[in-house]
Amino acid sequence: MRGKRFCAALLSAALLLGLTGCHGSRETVSFQVPDTFDESRTYEITFWAKNDTNKRQTDIYKQAIADFQQLYPNITVDLRLYTDYGKIYNDVITNISTGTTPNVCITYPDHIATYLTGENVVVPLDELFADPDYGLGGSQLKFDGPTQEEIIPQFLEECDLNGTYYAVPYMRSTEACYINKTFVEQLGYTLPETLTWDFIWEVSEAAAKQDSQGNYLLNGQKVMIPFIYKSTDNMMIQMLQQLDAGYSTESGDILLFNDTTKELLSTIAQHAETGAFSTFKISSYPANFLNAGQCVFAIDSTAGSTWMGADAPLSDISPDAFVDFETAVMPIPQFDPENPQMISQGPSICIFNKDDPQEVLASWLFTQFLLTNEVQIPYAQTEGYVPVTSKAQQSEEYQDYLSRAGEDDDTYYDVKIAATQLLLDHTDDTFVTPVFNGSASLRDAAGQLIENTVKSVRRGQTVDDAYWDSLFEEVRALYHLDETSASASGPADLGPLPQTAVVLLGSLGAAWVLILIWVARSAWKKRSGH
Amino acid sequence: MKRTIFLTLALTLALAVTGCGNGTTSQQDASGSGSDTTSQSQSSASGSQTAGEVMSYADYVAADLDSQVTVETYVQAKQSWWDNKATLYTQDQDGAYFIYDMPCSQEDYDKLTPGTKIQVTGYKSEWSGEVEIIDATFQIVDDGDTFVAEPLDVTDLLGSDELIDHQNQLVSFQGLTVAPSEDASGNQVAFLYNYDGSGTQGDDLYFNVSLNGQTYTFTVESYLCDSSTEVYKAVEALEIGQVIDAEGFLYWYEGVNPHITSVTVAQ
Repeated sequence: MRGKRFCAALLSAALLLGLTGCHGSRETVSFQVPDTFDESRTYEITFWAKNDTNKRQTDIYKQAIADFQQLYPNITVDLRLYTDYGKIYNDVITNISTGTTPNVCITYPDHIATYLTGENVVVPLDELFADPDYGLGGSQLKFDGPTQEEIIPQFLEECDLNGTYYAVPYMRSTEACYINKTFVEQLGYTLPETLTWDFIWEVSEAAAKQDSQGNYLLNGQKVMIPFIYKSTDNMMIQMLQQLDAGYSTESGDILLFNDTTKELLSTIAQHAETGAFSTFKISSYPANFLNAGQCVFAIDSTAGSTWMGADAPLSDISPDAFVDFETAVMPIPQFDPENPQMISQGPSICIFNKDDPQEVLASWLFTQFLLTNEVQIPYAQTEGYVPVTSKAQQSEEYQDYLSRAGEDDDTYYDVKIAATQLLLDHTDDTFVTPVFNGSASLRDAAGQLIENTVKSVRRGQTVDDAYWDSLFEEVRALYHLDETSASASGPADLGPLPQTAVVLLGSLGAAWVLILIWVARSAWKKRSGH
Repeated sequence: MKRTIFLTLALTLALAVTGCGNGTTSQQDASGSGSDTTSQSQSSASGSQTAGEVMSYADYVAADLDSQVTVETYVQAKQSWWDNKATLYTQDQDGAYFIYDMPCSQEDYDKLTPGTKIQVTGYKSEWSGEVEIIDATFQIVDDGDTFVAEPLDVTDLLGSDELIDHQNQLVSFQGLTVAPSEDASGNQVAFLYNYDGSGTQGDDLYFNVSLNGQTYTFTVESYLCDSSTEVYKAVEALEIGQVIDAEGFLYWYEGVNPHITSVTVAQ
């Protein structure tokens, strides 16, 4: 069961910490790559990892550690597992100030941008990449790791923050639209070659029709959410990207609150009002509705594909709630089918700096080990993930895996492999958003605009121009986006002091003048004998 | 003259103190002279909160989803406080209300001890079958009235359609048999960290119990009862086949999924 809903709250709290938390960090000297790795010493490194509440991923981490420790018996890796990126982020922020960060950590580049507000907290990796002995493909490595050229360039670029690599990609995914194709055809439609927003809205409206008793005509049930979106921040970001509308600049200027965003929200509001659209935060996991025949289009990560479809191996709903249908897996809907665009996402790995450069080197060795085929291929198979190296992607073992789609509903579950193939086919169509201190909160804000809009419509509130202005103001304040903007661009001109402040400061000044006069007068009286 | 100076200073100080405030209104402490402590409502694009007439539990049940509701209820347990938001199990003499992610200061949260009466205004919502009040504001009703529910024995209702009528209430179960859970390696175990065993100590505990041939999944919600609590340790010590009595809140997630607060192995 995945019934816990903590992501948004944690991220929101972490944001507040993030804006201030790193400034008190204990300073560590900048890292210099040692000439040699001292194997006469022992090292204990901590690895904070994220799994998708998936036991197999946990087992692969443990196996990777065991295999690594066999090669390097002088390095002990302590694993700490998380099921939520927000919790990792929050814990890292807390530990930066006490100098107790982990050595190696699964993370998002957005989060690294916040970690970097502390000096020498995260290890820059450029020199480590290039080191001939211990770098990528280095001669002294005891395993067959990838060279830099063998890391998929688009994925590696996501780890470049202001010209320096602060992470390596670990796994990559994108979003997919999981479709009840049977329902689409039942409604008289045929899936187009490329899914468009117009198509998805039209079919969703058709699927939202009810009889006089409140039963949906399409499934005969009382429940039907034709179109449900898991990650509404991704939804807004991708819609804006596809329309070439503003979101943010590379340097952190926030462009999200624009007219195109209002138009998109207005469209979403129309379909929320008819019941054709809802979100994970408002209703539940898309898979729960899709698999129960209560949804036509469910958009979720390719890394959630084992939960999607009539034969999904993982499920939160009871077996008797499943219905039989044909599942289609397609890229997310597009505004311009000739120029598809979709987000690239997934975990990366960063290394935290320590006083002992040998300890950092040990961390780097383990990090590279996570990029070997022995880790990349089995981990990618746990979900609709894509390995981040061409070495793994082109391997015979991985190609064999892809070719066996549908052999079972487990390792070779066809929906999962179709989701994986989707990203492999569209790697060149992926994009990432700019990373800066505050980009994580901007992402949350993008999703919040949709969540609030849908809630308001469901509650019968009026959604008009005044509403959008109020919503923008509210969300901007909630995520401290004005502060983020200011911190990104340096000290801001705060304008003239308010009148009340002028009066207050004047009063304080007058009080001190009177105090000084009184003290001087007393002293004069004492001296003159009065 | 001295008096004038000190008056000026006092006035200045008063102005300064006022000026340092953040502009939000904080009403009087509930432990004071009987006034309410109010978590201020937020006029927002997602719906301004104005307390309506207090509803009975029956009215609440009858209210449409997504409609605004106002109830008076009593805190039974606190699940979590995070990011200035509280999640509460509450109940009155007629039924229970799960309050999700309600804005609440740490100071107010500390006052929400079991039995505390609160008035809550928010929106009735449903998430995966769990009916709850979200986007809520509240105030402590300090009129001396308190209520701590006794657990209702719903053992006989397990598997029936009537069970959901007691959603979110403090309930008890008698004579359940610990049934095996299967971890990813295929081993039969009495409990799992996370639903599939992917977690570690400190995560939610999941365990199966059977009664009359039916199996149910119970959860020790780690925010409600962390690994230091008796119930958490009791579940970690369970063995397959043991007969237990249990208490908890009748939470729902795609079916009944009680959040267990007490487990006793029957003698």
